[in-house]
Amino acid sequence: MRREGADPDYVWHGDADLRGADAVILPGGFAHGDYLRTGAIARFSPVMDAVAGLASAGAPVLGICNGFQILAEAHLVPGALRRNEGLRFLCTWTDLEVVDTDTIATRGLEKGQRLRIPINHYEGNYTPPEGAEPRVAFRYVDNPNGAWQNAAGVANDAGNVVGMMPHPERASESWLGSEDGRLVLASLVESCRVTTRA
Amino acid sequence: MSSNGSRVKAIARIDVMLKPGISDVQGQVVERSLPAMGWENVSDVRVGKHLELVVEGASLEVLKEQVEKMCEAFLANTVIESYAVELEPI
Repeated sequence: MRREGADPDYVWHGDADLRGADAVILPGGFAHGDYLRTGAIARFSPVMDAVAGLASAGAPVLGICNGFQILAEAHLVPGALRRNEGLRFLCTWTDLEVVDTDTIATRGLEKGQRLRIPINHYEGNYTPPEGAEPRVAFRYVDNPNGAWQNAAGVANDAGNVVGMMPHPERASESWLGSEDGRLVLASLVESCRVTTRA
Repeated sequence: MSSNGSRVKAIARIDVMLKPGISDVQGQVVERSLPAMGWENVSDVRVGKHLELVVEGASLEVLKEQVEKMCEAFLANTVIESYAVELEPI
């Protein structure tokens, strides 16, 4: 994030204060054993009230993998993430296509632009609320997990909260196999500039 | 037992299932496995979760309402799951 021009800091999940952050990234990983459902317990972390406050103020919030699952459980992005269609944990590279360029994760990218970013999850099968058609920020070129409309990342209506299963941070160096993830992170930083100026 | 000021204690049995319109991949895999074991007359297999917990309060009605709120907020994800609650006094 620093390389993209941001001044990042860690915030503990038990803290209630985001210390004046312009944006928040909920990273991937696991939380509370992901018992009951992925993200179901983490969404009640003390810090989540502040994240919801920042989201409703229009600031950029990006959830990656488990972070996406937490955002979905917190209803900050619509829908839910179910077990992958093939009931396999997937750890692999995926090719993504930018669908909606009016979100904090796709600002400055082009519609149809291809990004090579890896996934690493068991519950990535995106399912929208019944009758809803959420905004898709990224779609998989080849659907790995059964996600509705190949959705790899979705946004809230305002476009300032995005959840994505692929890990842009793991595609941030050429020696990792791809630098395409940097475009997503740079988009987030650029979105901060726009929203804090406004 | 229900005199003024008394409390009731109940065991809540909660079933959480994927909603009918949501494909149940686990159920399908289980269903496909059964004929190989000789059970060929089985269909519509669905896999869900069963939770049990004990609650205490003023009345069974109040407790049922509370457990349903717990399901809405936390125990089920109503985007994809439905739930059923049964309370039994203990």
